[in-house]
Amino acid sequence: MNPLNPPVLEVRNLSVAYGKVEALTRANLRVGEGQIVTVIGPNGAGKSTMLSAIIGLLRSHGQVCFDGRVAVSPEVERMVDGGMSLVPEKRELFGEMSVEDNLLLGAFHRYRSGERNYREPMAQVFALFPRLQERRRQRAATLSGGERQMLAIGRALMGKPRLLMLDEPSLGLAPLITREIFRIVADLRSTGVSILLVEQNARAALAVADYAYVLETGSVVMEGPAARLRHDPRVLDTYLGLGGKHQDMLAS
Amino acid sequence: MDLQIALLIGQDGVTSGAIYALLALALVLVFAVTRAIYIPQGEYVAYGALTLATLQSGALPATLWLLMGAGLAVTVIDGVAAIRKRDGRAWGATLGWNVAYPAVLVLTLSALSPAQLPMALQILLTLAIVVPIGPMIYRLAYQPVAEASVLVLLIVSVAVHVVLVGLGLLFFGAEGSRTAPLWDASFAVGWMTVSGQQICVLAASAALIVGLYLFFEKTLYGKALRATAINRNGARLMGFSPVFAGRLTFLLAAFIGTLSGVLIAPVTTVYYDTGFLIGLKGFVAAIVGGLASYPLAAAGALIVGLLESFASFWASAYKEAIVFTLIIPVLMWRSLHSHGIDEEA
Ligand SMILES: Nc1ncnc2c1ncn2[C@@H]1O[C@H](COP(=O)(O)OP(=O)(O)OP(=O)(O)O)[C@@H](O)[C@H]1O
Ligand SMILES: [Mg+2]
Repeated sequence: MNPLNPPVLEVRNLSVAYGKVEALTRANLRVGEGQIVTVIGPNGAGKSTMLSAIIGLLRSHGQVCFDGRVAVSPEVERMVDGGMSLVPEKRELFGEMSVEDNLLLGAFHRYRSGERNYREPMAQVFALFPRLQERRRQRAATLSGGERQMLAIGRALMGKPRLLMLDEPSLGLAPLITREIFRIVADLRSTGVSILLVEQNARAALAVADYAYVLETGSVVMEGPAARLRHDPRVLDTYLGLGGKHQDMLAS
Repeated sequence: MDLQIALLIGQDGVTSGAIYALLALALVLVFAVTRAIYIPQGEYVAYGALTLATLQSGALPATLWLLMGAGLAVTVIDGVAAIRKRDGRAWGATLGWNVAYPAVLVLTLSALSPAQLPMALQILLTLAIVVPIGPMIYRLAYQPVAEASVLVLLIVSVAVHVVLVGLGLLFFGAEGSRTAPLWDASFAVGWMTVSGQQICVLAASAALIVGLYLFFEKTLYGKALRATAINRNGARLMGFSPVFAGRLTFLLAAFIGTLSGVLIAPVTTVYYDTGFLIGLKGFVAAIVGGLASYPLAAAGALIVGLLESFASFWASAYKEAIVFTLIIPVLMWRSLHSHGIDEEA
């Protein structure tokens, strides 16, 4: 159990099945206030499945406690209204719409509940990703891979989430931008956002996170403070490999 | 045929084209957001025209009972779900829109004598009765199969169409009706005479098209609806539920259809089943736009309108056949220029 801080998110015995095949089995997980928690694991372990189930895109069994509510197979709209935000692996941008409109829609649930100020969060997003400001009239479908990533994260931030879930934010990015994204993730924590981070780049993820879970074939097989897992021989062997020092540098 | 007659026919064609354009836009909208080919769209035209005619004859239109019945069915389904989830607010909203609103409408109408009301008020009442049926139909027929394939949604559309036409016969009988003219005036413009009715139709269509454009381009709800059409899951992650999107879309479609009915009612005798043919012409226009492009659909509607009025001058017995034959070259052209449409795209 992750003992730190009061939890923002607590997941108990979460199971998801695609048809008869169980992709996630009785997973338990906690994210504390202002924490960065990472979930690492090999391809097909069920990491993306877990995030989709937590926000309610997939039906699930087990409890998801968020925003003071206990939900069984939660509803997406409820979770988003409560301040949960997911940057999915496929990004799910609105390709035919402009960058600016994509960002505006990120603030939709706040707009609906009467909070109509979008200039300030948009200025913050543009400060984080100046590239998006340059391209704000461009159609999202024509952005480069890295720019799409930035837009997906920016769009999620427009909703001022309390819990931001990122599914492989470094996927397909050049090392320099990856480093930039991880720096932004670390910065976000200082603004009070809690973060649940799924990553293939285990070294970078463990460097930035407070606590980590290792997921294999649908089950949590290991967990602990990130600093400890970083030096755990089993994690070293399987996920950190002998990549040498340069990855450490990227992660810093 | 001399120029004057050609102009006269052209005028007629543009006026019906404006109506087909409205229906085509509704069909494109419904397909983009829900993937349903909305065959019942034409029924709103008939219901709108006949409800207005009934009000003008001083009786209570039977569409009120459909509104109450559908409202009760929605209340049972959604109310039970809301009680199960102990969601008091959802329960209240369900009750308010589906039971209280129709009841208030019935009471208001029985207290007033609708035949004596000014025309504008009669039209407002017609909209108030028929338009809310749209989202109820979405709830009852489409929402349960929202994730199904386009084919299943098409079958549902056929079923809803058959039910609504049957109810139309039950409600209004086999006799057709016309309503009082919207604006009984005419103006000489050069060689042409333009009637007040034509001005009403063109102005209302133009206003509605501009309104829809502003809604989709300038408001966040409009953008969210477009976003749902582009990427359902993306829109859900923004907190915009596909169920809400579906209801909003069906509300807009019903509004467009009912208004079209009100607009044509003074010049065409509308029967309980007239809507189908009118909706089908809107569909031909929507196909010109590939069920995806609003401007192309509107242009297609003008072509359909003109083709129809010239065809009825030259070969009136074949006018429907000529209009529907238009779809063949359009489909051929489309199939040459598209590379297959991915169902989930
Ligand atoms: N829609 C689906 N239908 C059937 N099986 C699925 C579906 N989505 C995922 N799976 C399966 O569930 C398992 C877990 O998938 P998931 O996407 O959660 O893995 P992951 O840990 O995110 O992997 P990666 O690191 O490659 O992104 C995989 O075996 C995958 O094939
Ligand atoms: Mg994944």
